[in-house]
Amino acid sequence: MRRMPGRAAAERRGWLAAHKWLLARRASQAAVFGLFLLGPLAGVWILRGNLSSSVVLGTVPLTDPFLLLQTLLAGHAPELTALAGGALVLAFYLLLGGRVYCAWVCPLNPVTDLAAWLRQRLGLGGGGGRLDPRLRWALLAAALGGAALTGTALWELVNPVSIVQRGIIFFLAPAAWVALAVFLFDLLVVPRGWCGRLCPAGAFWGVVGQAAVLRVTAPHRERCDRCMDCYAACPEPQVIRPALEGPGAPLVASGMCTNCGRCIDVCPQDVFRFGTRFHGKTMTAGLPGGREETT
Amino acid sequence: MARAAGHRRRSERRRFLKELARLAAVAGLAGLGLAGHGRAVQARPAQALRPPGALPERAFLGACLRCGLCVRACPYDTLRLATATGPVAPGTPYFIAREVPCEMCEDIPCVAACPSGALDPGLRDIDKARMGVAVLVDQESCLNWRGLRCDVCYRVCPLIDEAITLEPQHNRRTGRHAIFAPTVHADRCTGCGKCEHACVLEEAAIKVLPERLARGRLGRHYRLGWEEKAKAGGPLVPGLIDLPDRVPGGMP
Ligand code: SF4
Ligand code: SF4
Ligand code: SF4
Ligand code: SF4
Ligand code: SF4
Repeated sequence: MRRMPGRAAAERRGWLAAHKWLLARRASQAAVFGLFLLGPLAGVWILRGNLSSSVVLGTVPLTDPFLLLQTLLAGHAPELTALAGGALVLAFYLLLGGRVYCAWVCPLNPVTDLAAWLRQRLGLGGGGGRLDPRLRWALLAAALGGAALTGTALWELVNPVSIVQRGIIFFLAPAAWVALAVFLFDLLVVPRGWCGRLCPAGAFWGVVGQAAVLRVTAPHRERCDRCMDCYAACPEPQVIRPALEGPGAPLVASGMCTNCGRCIDVCPQDVFRFGTRFHGKTMTAGLPGGREETT
Repeated sequence: MARAAGHRRRSERRRFLKELARLAAVAGLAGLGLAGHGRAVQARPAQALRPPGALPERAFLGACLRCGLCVRACPYDTLRLATATGPVAPGTPYFIAREVPCEMCEDIPCVAACPSGALDPGLRDIDKARMGVAVLVDQESCLNWRGLRCDVCYRVCPLIDEAITLEPQHNRRTGRHAIFAPTVHADRCTGCGKCEHACVLEEAAIKVLPERLARGRLGRHYRLGWEEKAKAGGPLVPGLIDLPDRVPGGMP
């Protein structure tokens, strides 16, 4: 039987403690879409629009900065509403980490997480050298350059992230096929292929997250016994090594970290915590069942 | 030792440059493929009309955030967002007049809801909207053109007697009745599609088309003599002698 990351942690600290951030993320994703769907389903309009741009309680605008950047490059001067919404969202993710969007909001995250989990369950192996993770920078360049050259939001014609989130909120069935394609690609073609190698939105959020305040820290890295569970669970495993092995601060400094907290969950030695970029101070989970145990 | 390190650095740099070139090529290819796809979508099907105030198609595709706030704001469920597999650019709002036309709301809620300006907030008067132009595409099936008094398209028009009028003319079939020809005036028609929606035929004889399909255009150099004459307040060539028109032989 293959070693499943998280099992050892669950044995030591209990199932709930070893899944607290995962559960919190699933709750966050469900809440975002639940609030959007309350409108069409129950007539309660807390969030109106979709993840590309929305209005909270009929007053506060929110806009996806990546999309806004595309329209700016396409040569369109957006109305103030969209600009203000973009600034709000950008400020939020500058603080918490750009790729918090990936781990806590994006509807494709559960899809690609499921594919990764299934791969591990079925023992389909790691591999993954087949696509250069820097490809996403090329796609990001293509998306932004394409917008500038054609004067249209070119990437939005195919962007699976917006197609799927919109499909859920506006009941557009073909989005299911797009989600399925991403799932099969990750499951059968390239492990962690979409989010880890191709998605230009993820790349964009990675840049935003470079300066983020909220960080995963490894205050107890001396306890690490190299079980490799965190590497196996992490969607961007290359970001962990510097935090665990130094020479710098015990801090996941890369903007590509999604702040998903999986490493915190699965580490049987309880090495990781959420903290800030400044001192790697620890902070408590603050979730029921998520009490920290000092061993 | 130093030389070996230098060699390693050089070969590393070479590898990096090679990777970079490859990535640039991938980016270029992806961009090209997308641009081709973009072109195809810009040729939006004629039946898919944009909401009131929409910028010209290309600019619209650069401005619209695909948020669907206009769709949510429309009280008549006229608008919908394009799916990922349809012929209209995914996520952009459109409507099919024959299914649900635009009711030309006075307060234009769709435009008010648009955060991006893809629906021009400068549009304050819905009568100034230009979603398309109605064209009586088939005189041969139009009931009015057959000498009956259907008049439905005319009667439902929110700009009745301005955007669409009934022009009487002689009915050659019966010899003694009139044909009331529904006639659209493009300078007033908003393209709301109420006429197309209401047309009683199985397939509407009047259809709203995008302006590029609906309208012809005089050459820029074209001048209409009678208009120029009116503008000038008299004949353009002074002292022109008006010779009698030549008529076929035998006529008075
Ligand atoms: S990388 Fe892209 S698809 Fe994956 S979670 Fe982030 S935004 Fe979503
Ligand atoms: S380092 Fe931890 S929090 Fe960051 S992406 Fe990896 S598993 Fe998630
Ligand atoms: S004017 Fe009214 S009916 Fe027409 S698209 Fe806008 S909201 Fe809908
Ligand atoms: S409200 Fe504006 S930006 Fe949003 S989908 Fe409609 S036209 Fe596009
Ligand atoms: S589309 Fe038809 S109903 Fe609407 S303004 Fe034009 S002629 Fe009138």
